[in-house]
Amino acid sequence: MERSTGRPAERPRGVAAGRTLVTGPRTRTVRRPRYPVTREIDEQTGLGEAYMRSLLRTQLRLAARLCLVLAVVVLGLPLLFATVPEVREAEVFGLPLPWVLLGGLIYPWFVACGWWYVRQAERNEDDFADLVDRTEDRP
Amino acid sequence: MNAAYGLAGVMLVVVATVLIGVLGVRISRTTSDFYVASRTVTPLRNASAIGGEYLSAASFLGIAGLILAYGADMLWLPVGWTGGYLVLLVLVSAPLRRSGAYTLPDFAEARLESMAVRRVASVLVVLISWLYLLPQFQSAGLVLRTVTGTPVWAGGVLIAVVVAVNVLGGGMRSVTLVQAFQYWMKLTALAVPLVFLLLAWRGDGSPGLSSDAPPRFGDRTTVAVGVAVTVNVTAPVQVVVDGKVDGRHHRRAPLTLTPGPHRIDADTSVTFPAGADVPHVSGRPVTTDREWALPLDGREHSLYATYSLILATFLGTMGLPHVLVRFYTNPDGRAARRTTVMVLSLLGAFYLLPALYGVFGRLYTPELLMTGRADAVVLTLPGRLIGGLGGDLLGALVTGGAVAAFLSTSSGITVSVAGVLAQDILRGGVRSFRVGTLLALVVPLALAIAARSLAVADVVGLAFAVAASTFCPLLVLGVWWRRLTVPGALAGLVAGGVLAGTAVIVTIAAGPPSGFAGALLAQPAAWTVPIAFAVMIVVSLCTQRRVPKGVARMMVRLHTPESLNVDRGTWRPRRV
Repeated sequence: MERSTGRPAERPRGVAAGRTLVTGPRTRTVRRPRYPVTREIDEQTGLGEAYMRSLLRTQLRLAARLCLVLAVVVLGLPLLFATVPEVREAEVFGLPLPWVLLGGLIYPWFVACGWWYVRQAERNEDDFADLVDRTEDRP
Repeated sequence: MNAAYGLAGVMLVVVATVLIGVLGVRISRTTSDFYVASRTVTPLRNASAIGGEYLSAASFLGIAGLILAYGADMLWLPVGWTGGYLVLLVLVSAPLRRSGAYTLPDFAEARLESMAVRRVASVLVVLISWLYLLPQFQSAGLVLRTVTGTPVWAGGVLIAVVVAVNVLGGGMRSVTLVQAFQYWMKLTALAVPLVFLLLAWRGDGSPGLSSDAPPRFGDRTTVAVGVAVTVNVTAPVQVVVDGKVDGRHHRRAPLTLTPGPHRIDADTSVTFPAGADVPHVSGRPVTTDREWALPLDGREHSLYATYSLILATFLGTMGLPHVLVRFYTNPDGRAARRTTVMVLSLLGAFYLLPALYGVFGRLYTPELLMTGRADAVVLTLPGRLIGGLGGDLLGALVTGGAVAAFLSTSSGITVSVAGVLAQDILRGGVRSFRVGTLLALVVPLALAIAARSLAVADVVGLAFAVAASTFCPLLVLGVWWRRLTVPGALAGLVAGGVLAGTAVIVTIAAGPPSGFAGALLAQPAAWTVPIAFAVMIVVSLCTQRRVPKGVARMMVRLHTPESLNVDRGTWRPRRV
């Protein structure tokens, strides 16, 4: 974060001689909270709780989204097999479609879902850490 | 199969397991080492260890056997056992690691600040583990009997002794190393023979399974019946019998089997002519190859059974005691997530294989449908298709893999039960851990010898159903829902445990009744899991005054990344 000292700035390059660059007194650009956020969290103030709830909500929404996709695929397949006989009896590469899906393709899909989730979850945590750290005071 | 080679395979794995275990002993000294390997295990080794521990006899032998018997519907078993890790990853992996608990009862205590919940969780851990160990010992007995002809109890005893030596000697650290070794051992033991099986199958003209006929003997086949069995004959067939059929002795005498049930006694061999229909064990439906290959055509009430199986496996994985204890060996929550994804890849790679064994079994060893020993298909195939020295060696390899499967799963479960027994029932300390280890092994071993013979994957499926009906609601609601209360958790655990437990006992002791009631009991998860969730939520909402005081702090602990310097509370798991 840039620190503002209140002294007149040295003449920056590109400003013609004889002219003075006039700037406003930039004392506090970001309004600093009374406490660092980690302390708000530690003392379980309303603000700290709000931060925690937002983290939980973001992570839960991510988890719920992935579980929903998983449920649609995994619970949908038996229903599809039960109601649409053509799907059940279809063949790809000379192999029955249900075997290709359940015996092979579903596994790489699981792994891909896993990687996607890990990246998103870590990003959420990083965002949270940035939020908390940025507003945190350095002594 | 040649007994000498099979026995060599068994002994090799046993000796290697003990040796690697002993190597770990020198470094494991303190209590914490015993439990969680000091959290210094690298991610790949940790993931291999999780995979090694997780792939039990049910995965190595059971899936192929069930696919041989029931066809496409059983593909959901490995899918669920892998997908369970995806659900675990998404819902609980990082928070559980961050909780700092060693065991499920630890988590229950930390989250709900209640010793009562802790005790109920301990009892459930012990029951689920015993339910999981029982089929491991039973199939160990069957494997050793298939290979060497020893009595059925001998295999279970051998496994129990090796596990006891290993766990008592080194605790978790040595077990971690052993487990990691055993994942790769099991993968190799299935993959290498499969390459040869595929070559032999191509050499045979790549026969398929789309005919409208039930399984038939391709050649003149002599079926040796080891355990007495009742079979259903569909068309009259002229056979040669050496032994006892329908209560009459025959000495290599021709006999015409009429349509209907026939009882074949132990140690009888029956020779069928080429082209004869394979009689099935009574109670097992006869399906044509075409029906077999299609989903939802195998068992009765197959749509219900499929959904129940999916629910049990996807939600039960997170509630298995030996699975969770592994997460504490990760350094932090993020590592726990990454390890879980690695586990997903390792399991996915492994589970591509058993289905193919099931298919080849249907083609080349259909007599297993008659002896009711479908679980032996993985062991029987290499000798049947390849023959000669190569077949013997490959047979020894799969046998070794099967032994690795028994050893790794039994070790993992034993460590977690022993920990729980030592902490919550005995006085604690390394000595209690040792007593707990013996208790953890002796009870299921006795049950395995006393109980009737059961399909390994079915019993393991029941253990998943109990875990899904008890610990899944506790973990998911505990991690994400602040309003969970002590009475709510207790009521949910008890409701889920009693309902699923009753279904398990009825299914194992008496066999499920026929009809829809039977399906409900044999696959209870579809109704017990929603009931357990509902009870836990409703009772919690009715007792909102009993929300634990430290819930806000606990949520901070479970969900904030370790890089942040926040107060996470002072709770520590009790050291044994």
